Parts: sequence; structure tokens; C-alpha cells
Amino acid sequence: MSINEGSDSSLKTLRSAEAPRKPGAIGLEAAGMTMRFGSFTALDNVSIKVPAGSFHALLGENGAGKSTLVKCIMGFYHPTAGQIVIGGHEVAIDSPRDASALGLGMVYQHFTLVPSLTGAENLVISREHVPGVIDWSVERKALAAFMETMPFKLPLDVPVRSLAAGEKQKLEIVKQLYLGRNFLVLDEPTSVLTPGEASEVLGLVRGMTQRGEITVLMISHKFHEVTAFADEITVLRRGKLAGSGRVKDLTTRDMAGMMIGDVPLAALDSRLAVAPDAKPILSVKALSAPDRSGLKTIRIADLNVRSGEIVGIAGISGNGQKEFVEVLAGQRKKTAGDIRVKAAPYAATRGETRENNVRFIPEEPLQNACAPKMTVAENLAFRTFDVGQGGKPATWIDGRSIKKYAAHLVGAFKVKTASLASPISALSGGNVQRAVLARELTGEVDLLICSNPCFGLDFSAVAEIRARIMKARNAGAAVLLLSEDLDELLELSDRILVMSDGVLVYETPIATANVMTIGEHMAGHH
Amino acid sequence: MSDSIGLWGVPLAILGGAIRVSTPFIFVSLGETITERSGRINLGLEGTLVFGAMTGYATAVVTGSPWLGILAAACAGILFGLFHGWICKFPKVNDIAIGIALMQFGMGLAFFFGKPFIQPSAPHLPAIPFGWWSSVPQVQAALSVNVLFIIGALLAVALWWAFRNTRVGLIIRVVGDSADAARAMGLNPNTVRLFATAVGGALAAIGGAYLSLYYPGSWTEGISSGQGLMAVALVIFARWNPIGCFAAALLFGGAGALGPALQSVGVTQGYYLFYAAPYVLTLLIMVATASPSRQLAGAPGELSITK
Repeated sequence: MSINEGSDSSLKTLRSAEAPRKPGAIGLEAAGMTMRFGSFTALDNVSIKVPAGSFHALLGENGAGKSTLVKCIMGFYHPTAGQIVIGGHEVAIDSPRDASALGLGMVYQHFTLVPSLTGAENLVISREHVPGVIDWSVERKALAAFMETMPFKLPLDVPVRSLAAGEKQKLEIVKQLYLGRNFLVLDEPTSVLTPGEASEVLGLVRGMTQRGEITVLMISHKFHEVTAFADEITVLRRGKLAGSGRVKDLTTRDMAGMMIGDVPLAALDSRLAVAPDAKPILSVKALSAPDRSGLKTIRIADLNVRSGEIVGIAGISGNGQKEFVEVLAGQRKKTAGDIRVKAAPYAATRGETRENNVRFIPEEPLQNACAPKMTVAENLAFRTFDVGQGGKPATWIDGRSIKKYAAHLVGAFKVKTASLASPISALSGGNVQRAVLARELTGEVDLLICSNPCFGLDFSAVAEIRARIMKARNAGAAVLLLSEDLDELLELSDRILVMSDGVLVYETPIATANVMTIGEHMAGHH
Repeated sequence: MSDSIGLWGVPLAILGGAIRVSTPFIFVSLGETITERSGRINLGLEGTLVFGAMTGYATAVVTGSPWLGILAAACAGILFGLFHGWICKFPKVNDIAIGIALMQFGMGLAFFFGKPFIQPSAPHLPAIPFGWWSSVPQVQAALSVNVLFIIGALLAVALWWAFRNTRVGLIIRVVGDSADAARAMGLNPNTVRLFATAVGGALAAIGGAYLSLYYPGSWTEGISSGQGLMAVALVIFARWNPIGCFAAALLFGGAGALGPALQSVGVTQGYYLFYAAPYVLTLLIMVATASPSRQLAGAPGELSITK
């Protein structure tokens, strides 16, 4: 096996070794797809045509039926009606296995990597033909050669559980490319990547479509990505086809119009000036804590967040942001240093959190901010269930007022749920995020710490969440915003800091913020 | 010197005891490691062990071959494992509850079928006399190593290797850690767990057959002193690592041999307190290795105790 002759030949070699299928892009056409769940029609007579070697974007709001359509194509659902044609032949896809046999692969929004296996083990075991005994020295060499062709580096020898969201997402994409798929469905693949990484990944994928190696169907909400990389789009709205066309014939405004109809987007509050004498709410001094590998430490020398300002922390995932948030949330022990909220030492106990009105919006909120199997109403009551009338500790849980409170929040934050009594894990990602936001932003907020609050959310949800964060800021909350989305930081922050290798390496007020400079510091050139 | 080696008898007796006592722990805990790595707990291994002891003994009595006894015990263990795995595939069935039920079932069934075999004596499993070079009887006794111990040691290394280096090993870990990921790969978690539980049952039953065919070497209703249950705890203690299981079993066996060893050199007072040594030791190590700041390392994500 010659794997050192450049990227193209090594990909082909891998593919032909792994898959008996013919290499090269395949076209897919789905006609008249209808999917009913009981009386609810999730997908209503939708047709989509993705020619071989094209880069097709699928747009739509939460619940528009994008996932349903894709799951029908991938064999997870059996559509009520409709046909799928691949390469000119009608095919029956009854299971995900059928789909992969046909060369269809998908990168899911929820990670499908096995947490306790290393990256290398995850890649190898996901192949169709795994040898009975795995010769790791050979596999490692092949993987190293394969990773040479990838635009980013990933640690393949640590368990996946210790990777940050962004690294997991990259590994998911790498996995599909490694499996040599001919047709790739990407479900919001760049939500946690830096702009540079996102362009790299999509550029790589785009290059492969142009060389006729794969066909891509991408679910996305980022118009600039769609405009830059996709050839054609299909837009769904409330389960129906709302429009389609070639990207070069459409403006962003046209696409947004098809996507959301005539609903106005939530606009950001205009930014109130930060009072010059605003008190620091959060101050961190000489903090150090071990990172998740236990080998490196994160060190925050000096960080202040004042009332009424948003301090954004930029950084490539895996540079200590996750650990920093965990320390602030009380999930990880600090080894040294001083964390103060309103000048008093802060250890993130429930009492301190409540007294100082500290609120949290962590990343992967279903895991980090919810009890997945408890109901929506119970999850919404986590901040309040143990407080009775007049702020005294409650003795009995008041189910009725919990329900009433939850119904109010669900209405106010437009959480889409079948019932207040359904488990919160049954909600879609965007709605879990909305529910957490509803809980955290209700009541007085003096300090808000958010980490990637818009990961995996659609256009109007993102606009709404950003508007709410800005509103909290204008109401006097100190906001610490950690995000891997530079656009988000530039839109919201008053100051931007860059975290690299566990240290805050750069700071700039928003007025002088420059994407290139920030990007250089993120990449470790400082 | 040739008839008395003084205090040297204590470590020798502990070594010999460790090898003798640890063998069933090794087999049961290795079996449970396979089962738990696939995401399921089989607490019924105590019942499987007792039934294996009975089946092995009975078969050895009837056929005259201890090896056929081991084989028969393994087959019985497979049946128990398959039964557990089959029931647990149904939704809303709790594997721990089923395990406890199967434990009682296996013991009851063993006593029922085993009544006629309490009297007759069966041929024993062979031992390899690694102490041939010495004329000291204690050395010879301590170094007379039963064949199953050696097989168990090799098996521990083989399993440790297989969990990393074979397809089957990785599949078991995938299923045990994330059923969703397994399904996305086209694996059926229930099928994998069914086989993993069957293999676990077979190994537990072999551990039982060791009790009746080597040490103590007869079939009685009180043959097991909870080895099947203790082995499940050993697996957690060993953090689901086969080599850890082997070491933990050896440690446990050695601590268990402390009481008899002291007794043999003439300590008459309080030696029975040392019978509690394995449990005290386990507690101490658990406390020493526990950490409030990190999760139980190595715990399979699908296990019902960690979910």
C-alpha cells in the first residue's frame, strides 16, 4: 500500500482497501418524501435532487423537517411515502447499515463517538471490515498517513471523552472521510469550529466534491458558509419544501425569506455604554487548575468582568476554556488562586450562587445543565424548587407552582415541547438550550457565564439567544462569554480576550478588535 | 532445617494460599469483566458458580475425567449466561434484579441435582509441582500450582490484550460504552451482550468447578463462601481491567491465606481476626484509591450502576 504519494492517492488507496464500492461521488434524488408520526406530518411531499459531486445545503428552522428528511435518507426512519434514487437506480434503505453499504455517511449533531475509546480505536472499529486481530503498528502508520491529508491535527491516542466539543466534531468528520464515503450528510458541521478551521474543513470537503470524490448534503444555518461553499440549496419550512435553487442566483435575504417566512428576527438591543465606575462583579486572580489530561495547567493571571459588560473569550477548542468554565461552575477543583464575586470569595456553592445571582449556560447543556430523564418542568425548577414563600427554604415541593412557573417560561422563551411532563432529553438541541436559557435568565442576573451558547442552533434561535444575552448585559449583568464562534464574540463583546494553551494571551476592546490579529493569537502566534 | 523453616513458613503459606484461593476469583472476575465491559452486570454469577461446581463434580464422578467436568460446567455456565442475557434484552428489565433472582435459582437448582453426589468422590484436577527442586515440604506444597491458575493467568493477559487489539474486544467496549454509537455502526447491543454474558457465565462456572474439583475438592452445599459475589466487587476494584482482576484476586487470596498461615506456625490467639484481612484490605485500598474529584475511571458508560 503506497500511502506517501500525496493526499489524493492515499485517500483513494484507503477507500479501495476499505470499501468494495466504486470510489467517486454518487448522486441522490429523493422524491415525494412524506413522513407522518401519528397524526403529525413531519415531512410533507418533499423532493430534493443532489447531483453527483455537488455541494448541497439544506436550510430550515428547528423542526422544519431537515432532520426527518435526512433520517429517512439514512435509513433511521421508514418514510410513509416517497422514493430514493441513487445513481439512477431506485433503492430501498431499510436501515443505517443499508445506507452505509450504499456509500452514504452522516456526521450527526449529537456525537456518535464512543467516549472511552481513543480516537484511533473509534476510527478503526467504525470500518466495515475490521480484521479479527488489529495490528496497531500498521494501523497507526496508516492513520498517521491519513491524518497528514487532513487540514487539522487531532490527538488520536486519548479517549474521546476528554476531547472538547470542537475536537469531537472534527473527529466525526474525519471519521466519515476515513470511511471513504461517497455521499456525506453533514448536520451543522462547523458549529464549534473557529472560522479558520471551518473554512479549512469545508474547503477540504468542497475540494473533494469538485474532484468528484464525494457528494455533500449539508444542514447549515450559516449563510456565509452556504454562500461560500455550496452549489445549490433546498429550503424546508414546517415540513414542506419552501424553495430551492442555485446559490449564485440567490441573495442571503432570499434564503432567509424562504427559511423563516415573514417572521421578524429578534434584534439586538442597542449597546448601552459601560459606566466608567461599574463595579467588577467577577474577578479571578492567579488561578491555576489542572487541565483534563492532568498534564498541563490552565493559568488565569487576572480577569475582571464588570457590571454591564460582556467579556468574550476566544480560543480554539481544547485550549483550557472548558476547564476554566468547569472551575467557575464548581465542577473542577482549582489548585491555587482566588475567585471573587462581588469582592467575596466564591466557591460556586448553591448558596453563593443564589446570593450573588450567578447564572450558567454551559456547553452541551443536556449533559451539563439538565437531568436528562427528569421532566421539562422539573428541569426548569432547578433554581427555584427549594425556595418557598418569602425566600425561606421550602419543605415540600410544590408541584403545582412548579408547573405554573414552567408553563410561563416555556411560553416566554418559546420552548417547543410536547408536554411539561416529558423528559427534557426528548427535546431537540435548540429547545433544550432555550429551556436552560429560560431557567438561567429568569429573575435577577448579576453574573452570567456562558460557554458556546449557540452551538448547533438555527438562525432565529441564535438571534434570539444573542438578543437575550445583550438584554441581560444592558440590565446590568456582568457577562463572561466563552465562544468558539468569532462572529458571535465580535457581535456581543465589549472586550475580547484570547485563550491559548491555558493562558489568556491577548486582550482588546471591541473598537480595535481585528479578526486577523485575534486569529493569530488563537493559533498560538504571540 | 529440613523439617522446620520457622517463620519462612508464613510467606510460603500465604503464597500457596494465594494461588489456591485466588483461582476461582480469577475466573469469575474475568468473566464478569467481559460481561460488564459489554454494559451489563450479572450478579447471578454466584448461582452460576455453585451450579458449575455441582455440574463439574457430577460429571467428573460419572466419567472419571475432571477435564470433562470442567467442560460440562462451562456448558452449564453458558446456559445460565444466555438465560440472563435473553431476559435482559426485554425493555424495562433490570439486570441487577434478574441477577439476584438467577443467583438464588442457580444455587437451588445445584442443591436439588447435587444431592446424590455429596458422597461419591471425584478425581481431582492435576497440579504442576514447581517445587520439585526443594526437599522442604512447605516449599513443595506452596509451589504445587494447579493448572487452572496458570490458565487463568494466561487468560487475564490474553483478555487485556484482546480488549485493545481485536475486533471482538473493541466491539464489546463500544457496546459497553455507548449503545447509540454501537447502533450507528450497525451493531446490535443486545446480541453482543448476550454472548458476553454467556462467556462470563462459562468462566464463572469453571471457577465453581475448580472449587469442587481441586480446592477444597469436594461437593457440598456450603462449597462457596460468596466467591461469586466477591468477584463482582473485585471487578470494580480492578477498574474493569483483566490484569487488575488477576492481581486483585491474588491479593485477595493472599490476604485470605493469612489466617491459616499464622495458625500453622503456632499463633493461637486472635488468628481468626486475620480471616477478615481480605475485606479490611479491600476497604483500605478502596478508600486510598477513591477520589472525590474524578469519576470511577474505566467504568463502562452503559453500566446500570454508573448511569
